Amino acid sequence: MWRDAWRRLRKNRMAVVCAAFTLAMVIFCVAGPWIAGLFGLDETTIDAQLGAVSPRGAHWLGTDTLGRDMLVRCMHGGRIALLVALTATLVALVIGVSWGAIAAYAGGRTDYVMMRIVDVLYGFPTLVFVIVVMATFNLDSLVWLFALIGAISWLTMARLVRAQVMSLRHRDFVEAARALGARPSRILFRHIVPNTMGVVIVYATLSMPSVMLYEAVLSYLGVGVHAPRASWGTLVTEGASQIIAYPWLLYGPGLMMATTIFALNFFGDGLRDALDPQTRKD
Amino acid sequence: MLRLIVSRLAGGVAVIVAVATLAFFLLHAAPGGPFDAERALPENVRKNVEAHYHLDEPILSQYARYMGDLAHGDFGQSIKRVSTVSEIIRVHFPYSLAIGVSALAIAITFGLLMGVIAAWRRNTWLDYLLMSIALVGISIPSIVLGPLLVAYFSLQLGWLPPARIEGLSSYILPALVLGMIYMGTIARLSRGAMLEVLSQDFVRTARAKGLRERVVLWKHAARLGVVPVVTYLGPATATLISGSFVVEKIFGVPGLGSFFIESITNRDYPLLCGTLVFYVMFLVVLNIAVDIVHGILDPRIRERR
Repeated sequence: MWRDAWRRLRKNRMAVVCAAFTLAMVIFCVAGPWIAGLFGLDETTIDAQLGAVSPRGAHWLGTDTLGRDMLVRCMHGGRIALLVALTATLVALVIGVSWGAIAAYAGGRTDYVMMRIVDVLYGFPTLVFVIVVMATFNLDSLVWLFALIGAISWLTMARLVRAQVMSLRHRDFVEAARALGARPSRILFRHIVPNTMGVVIVYATLSMPSVMLYEAVLSYLGVGVHAPRASWGTLVTEGASQIIAYPWLLYGPGLMMATTIFALNFFGDGLRDALDPQTRKD
Repeated sequence: MLRLIVSRLAGGVAVIVAVATLAFFLLHAAPGGPFDAERALPENVRKNVEAHYHLDEPILSQYARYMGDLAHGDFGQSIKRVSTVSEIIRVHFPYSLAIGVSALAIAITFGLLMGVIAAWRRNTWLDYLLMSIALVGISIPSIVLGPLLVAYFSLQLGWLPPARIEGLSSYILPALVLGMIYMGTIARLSRGAMLEVLSQDFVRTARAKGLRERVVLWKHAARLGVVPVVTYLGPATATLISGSFVVEKIFGVPGLGSFFIESITNRDYPLLCGTLVFYVMFLVVLNIAVDIVHGILDPRIRERR
């Protein structure tokens, strides 16, 4: 299955380009500040004399009003944004997979109640809940951001995994494991769940962009990432407020965020087509 | 159908009560209060103020009072503003509603159009173009798109007002920015659904009868093709609310969203709770409506229940 999928994925050239782009962006943001440091650029050096200058030789993306180099600031912002995307998606993955798998395997009433909860939460402005909790409890640690965004992003994952487990739970290899006397938790998490990994990987890839959008929204409303940390969300917020005088403050982080989200979405679509050719509707 | 509506209504009331309860206790557990300031209030003043808002009573009797008022449709009095919560909702929700409805109208019209055409001309350059536009719409964050559109259309070209609500033209940019992500999603959803529908027997029959392609596409196939879009409208409206917070902030719209954010920073708990409960009530009613439309569009669903 994996080899076929890999072959199909490679044929989708745009998806491969998008995957490479995302990877390049990660490397750029993680290693970039270190390389820039060799050229004497960092994100904290304030040069009030210089102030905000448009992109030029020494500062490729210009500088902000305090004379800080925007390129290095964007790299640091990318680190935080990508970190949030990755960890919050992992949190969502753990909750969603367990929820869906347990609901499907338990069946009956438990399944009904668990999936009704998912239905209700679907029709619910869950991001508003995060805004309220982050603001009223003055949470400014990143860990809370990961946990809370993760806690609202698992619904679709739970539904997809449930559907998968439903179709797998009476297959022969599961009956065989049961006949050998394996405990339900072992059957579920050692035999069934590993077979849902295709769906899980696809959907995890597709949730990362929406998680990045959540972070941006939260930061824009002042309840996400706080100074002294910066994320693409906070950089865009700063840039948006100075769009008339210093438009490049928005262009840099805005472009990096939008292209990364686009690439992840496109790659996720390609991955889905490759792993599950039946859902490909053409 | 009637049974469906009644059971949905009962579920909706349960959800509203649950949210009101959760919000009430959550806010009581939160550190800090509405009367915290740089300088502490004198003891007797603080006591008076707290007595006025019944904050000195035991928490359970506060809860009972709050739920009782709510049952009578009374959201209470804002602490930081001189108006009641109901007044604030009545005056400012229409702005949010107007932007939200126009955003959805743009999203549904263009999204469906894009999706149906892309499915009809699948795997041609037109399909790829439309789906790329949809993907860009999903990928570009509103906090990037909004300021860019303002900078170009309002400040550079001077065609549209940059902020605030002054006449109908002020709604165009906010609605566009808010609707973009839904347009993209609807285009993708309807394309997928249409591809499935177009391969079904009844479409072949319609074509075999010699009906014109336009009639087959829009009257026969699209009727089923929109079903997943209708399903999506429930969750879409839910996320529309948090989206409206952002758009109202970008464009300085005096909608309910800006009051909601203000109530959080001011710790104006009655306003915060009231707005939250109001939003949930709105969504519950809307979701029931979506279920009914669903049943009308797709007879299979109606019979199954």
